[in-house]
Amino acid sequence: MKKWNEKIDLSLQEKRIPIIKIGDYLIVSIQIDMHDKLAIQLQSQILEEIAKTGARGVLIDISVLEMVDSFIGRMLSGMASMASIMDAAVVIVGMQPAVAITLVELGLEMPGVDTALNMEKGMEMLEKRLGNENQNFYKT
Amino acid sequence: MTDLTVENNWDRVASYEIQTENDIVTARQYIRYHAKQIAMGIVDQTRITTASSELFRNMYQYAGGGMVYVDIGNYSGHQALIITCVDSGPGIENVELAMHDGYSSGSGMGYGLPGAKRLVNEFSIESEVNKGTKVRVIKWI
Repeated sequence: MKKWNEKIDLSLQEKRIPIIKIGDYLIVSIQIDMHDKLAIQLQSQILEEIAKTGARGVLIDISVLEMVDSFIGRMLSGMASMASIMDAAVVIVGMQPAVAITLVELGLEMPGVDTALNMEKGMEMLEKRLGNENQNFYKT
Repeated sequence: MTDLTVENNWDRVASYEIQTENDIVTARQYIRYHAKQIAMGIVDQTRITTASSELFRNMYQYAGGGMVYVDIGNYSGHQALIITCVDSGPGIENVELAMHDGYSSGSGMGYGLPGAKRLVNEFSIESEVNKGTKVRVIKWI
């Protein structure tokens, strides 16, 4: 049993990245440098949340991430295609310029991933898309 | 490879052990710290951190872990950060093939080694089957 004042290694504790639901959207802000298991966990967490809430769009803010390597990049693009199968659009917002440069040089392509400069633009992007869908629906 | 450090009069500033996924995260954060130490620009910091992250993950996935050595010193007239990854894993049978884009022997994307190479100034790899692998990357300012 641990004593109350014993130092606990926080890095080994289960971390969870919060997912916030606002209207039809889920908002996820990644604030920490994720290890691989956490990235995979976040992926399934978001998909479960889409299924549970019927969200139509997901905004993922990565403006604090100082690096995206091939693993995290793959997780993000994988999540975008899984979400689109579940009829939800994913927009990744706030990528730092240095991260964008590095991703391209790394050779990682992220097909099907929509990006926006910031949260506001990302929200506009989702709204436009969902708005268009509704218009088409009423036309036919 | 350690000889190279002595030969070039590099400063061994740190060494890290990679054993868990968390070690990958901690070590790559230290790499960024060392890059800042030699006043590397933000894009180059990100390049060397990302390249290191790929190498650390390779060590973790294929060799169950290994050691990382960090040197700072002069390389062909530039102030440079030198990262050396040493493992005693199964080794790479065909290094040339492993350096090809899209080639992967495991669960990876196959961007690890060739991707890391594109992000640094110098990349060298030595591997012996059943003995281990040494990868050295150099990023200068």
